[in-house]
Amino acid sequence: MHIKFSNRGTTLIIRINGELDHHTAEYVRQKIDSEILKSTTRNIVFDFSELSFMDSSGIGVIIGRYKNIRKLNGKAAVVNINDQIMRILNMSGILKIIPVYKSLDEAVSAVQE
Amino acid sequence: MMQPINEVKVEFISKSSNESFARIVAAAFVSQLDPTVEELTDVKTAVSEAVTNAIIHGYENSSGYVRMQCKLYTDSVEIEIEDDGKGIEDIELARQPLYTSKPELERSGMGFTVMESFMDKVDVYSEPGKGTKVVMFKTFKSLSELK
Repeated sequence: MHIKFSNRGTTLIIRINGELDHHTAEYVRQKIDSEILKSTTRNIVFDFSELSFMDSSGIGVIIGRYKNIRKLNGKAAVVNINDQIMRILNMSGILKIIPVYKSLDEAVSAVQE
Repeated sequence: MMQPINEVKVEFISKSSNESFARIVAAAFVSQLDPTVEELTDVKTAVSEAVTNAIIHGYENSSGYVRMQCKLYTDSVEIEIEDDGKGIEDIELARQPLYTSKPELERSGMGFTVMESFMDKVDVYSEPGKGTKVVMFKTFKSLSELK
């Protein structure tokens, strides 16, 4: 499990490498929350290109971070998700508030609009 | 019910690091049938949800044993996940999408919904104070269509 952060303007891009389940969720949560605090972040984009597995624990992690970013009047988006993760996100209904984009560029410009 | 062609039982303590262990064991065992990668991921996801429930809700992060039993048939699998934890008061309520008994934990309440969506059949047996058993069944369409 490894998380890479990068910034584009006021947007924090979060790339999770590995598996997101209940066991790794706490680590992921803490890493992202402290990164949001220390930078000029207002928006977040989850890049799931290197996420090899996710179960419903991931939904909690995404919604929790979304709530934090809403306090800063920011937006959240998701890119590069596979079919299995898409099904889980779809089921939970979170795609109504956190849209999925095809490319990172598209997601970054959408949240910074 | 027909006879399984292969069977495995594993027992492990309720540590969250065993969630990935359980789903990898289940996927490795099921892969003997040679289903598609998507079908294997379905099984991994459902097992992950059931084992996570046993650890968080069954044992509430205290220590206990989780048992997993997988039975293979020619084109399907049955997986049982069982704990001796606190059990479920209202199974119907627990199975509802978005319901969580622990809202403080940032849980989505989608565990059973995910199991139902990724497997063909999910049965839940539970009694307060006596533990919970989840029995899931899935036919691999990639294999049944070959027949």
